[in-house]
Amino acid sequence: MAKYLLLKHYRGAPEPVNNVMMDRWTQDEITAHIQYMRDFADKLKGTGEFVDEAALAQEGTWVRFDGEGRPPVTDGPFAETKDLIAGWMIIDTDTYERALELAGELSAAPGKDGKPIHEWLELRPFYGNAPTITE
Amino acid sequence: MDEALLRSLTPAVLGILVRRGAPFAAAEDAVQDALVEAVRVWPENPPRDPKGWLVTAAWRKFLDATRAETARRRREDVVDSEPEPGSVPDADDTLQLYFLCAHPSLTPSSAVALTLRAVGGLTTRQIAQAYLVPEATMAQRISRAKKTVGDVRFDRPGDVATVLRVLYLVFNEGYSGDVDLAAEAIRLTRQLAAVIDHPEVAGLLALMLLHHARRASRTVEGRLVPLAEQDRGRWDTALIAEGVEVLQAALARDRLGEFQAQAAIAALHADAPVAEETDWVQIVEWYDELLAFTDSPVVRLNRAVAVGEADGPRAGLKALAELDEELPRYSAVSAYLHERDGDRRTAARHYAEAAGKASNLAEREYLTRQAARLNN
Repeated sequence: MAKYLLLKHYRGAPEPVNNVMMDRWTQDEITAHIQYMRDFADKLKGTGEFVDEAALAQEGTWVRFDGEGRPPVTDGPFAETKDLIAGWMIIDTDTYERALELAGELSAAPGKDGKPIHEWLELRPFYGNAPTITE
Repeated sequence: MDEALLRSLTPAVLGILVRRGAPFAAAEDAVQDALVEAVRVWPENPPRDPKGWLVTAAWRKFLDATRAETARRRREDVVDSEPEPGSVPDADDTLQLYFLCAHPSLTPSSAVALTLRAVGGLTTRQIAQAYLVPEATMAQRISRAKKTVGDVRFDRPGDVATVLRVLYLVFNEGYSGDVDLAAEAIRLTRQLAAVIDHPEVAGLLALMLLHHARRASRTVEGRLVPLAEQDRGRWDTALIAEGVEVLQAALARDRLGEFQAQAAIAALHADAPVAEETDWVQIVEWYDELLAFTDSPVVRLNRAVAVGEADGPRAGLKALAELDEELPRYSAVSAYLHERDGDRRTAARHYAEAAGKASNLAEREYLTRQAARLNN
């Protein structure tokens, strides 16, 4: 078993094939998309591969330490060019192939005209625990 | 096994332990242990006197815990100084506990957690689940909170306003996990109203009841439904009647406050059989009253919506123009008023902008759908 992070981006990923903003979809298209995402998570809960998911707001700020006794420096909100993460799902699968398969399935969520968005998702393996048997 | 009864006895039992001389933090732990034991034992052997049983069990737990740490002599002192149970009215103890758990030295999140545990009788696990944090984190938050109020005198009156703020926060968190925080907040506010005669406590209770009455109609299949489009047939008329009655009794006291004014607005909405019959003129007047207590930009924003309904969208937009565009929900209100004014394009643009700034997913979906509706 290994854990993988599926990262979804607001910005910074290559353009998806079906690239129409949601506020241009019909109500039914929006409903179908949301249902697809829910069903996907439910299915993984059923198979025992779901770990966690979260969605992030569309704004954020860079922050850094500016020395003892001084307030931190901020730079932001993020510039328009900044890579902007929209959310993630963490899955725990037996193989890398299975993780790829699931990421592909998530990317096929329907968008405008009910066609798959073909959204680019980032698939990132977690570091695992050091094995007990090493020799 | 009546869990509601068990939990409702929590503050009185805890109060008795503290009055007998147990330090608050240790007493609170002992009561939690006694509650756990009650859940285990009562189904088989229901006690004739549930409260007496809990006091005895909790006191024993306290002594057991103290024995491990404290010198024998000190323990005997505590036992010797034990007053007769029931010598002090429970109501006073319960009220003191509310004050203590909402003490101004606590942060809002600590006050909320401590209130739910010490007054509400919820377990740390239940509270952690409700606020979606690890149980260890919540345990730490509660234990730090208990330390913070450890030296606070138990017999001094506290500030009702801080208690009301804590209960309001609990109510607004709504529902997540297996604990219904809104229902719990109502229970705790009812319990508070029973031990203190204060128009703002009644005002908050009325506000909660009137909002809770609309809960079933607020979402359909997980989607937000705005007030005007809610199925009013699904509103809980018994809760509305109770809320209105509580509010009227409070208003008759002629000591108006923030929560009574908010409840009055909720009551006017509840009073309209259909959205079109809402008395917006009176609602605007109540917003003006509310502004006299709290000159908050959020209240001004809501008032702009009410002005838009009472005097037309242009008047609403004019009221909106005086506010800061960075306010949360400003774009959403602007979109709504522009659509009412017939400017669908501006409305769609503002709805899309509002969706980008939404603070939760349900709201984001609702606003995106509004934009999509106008764009199609």
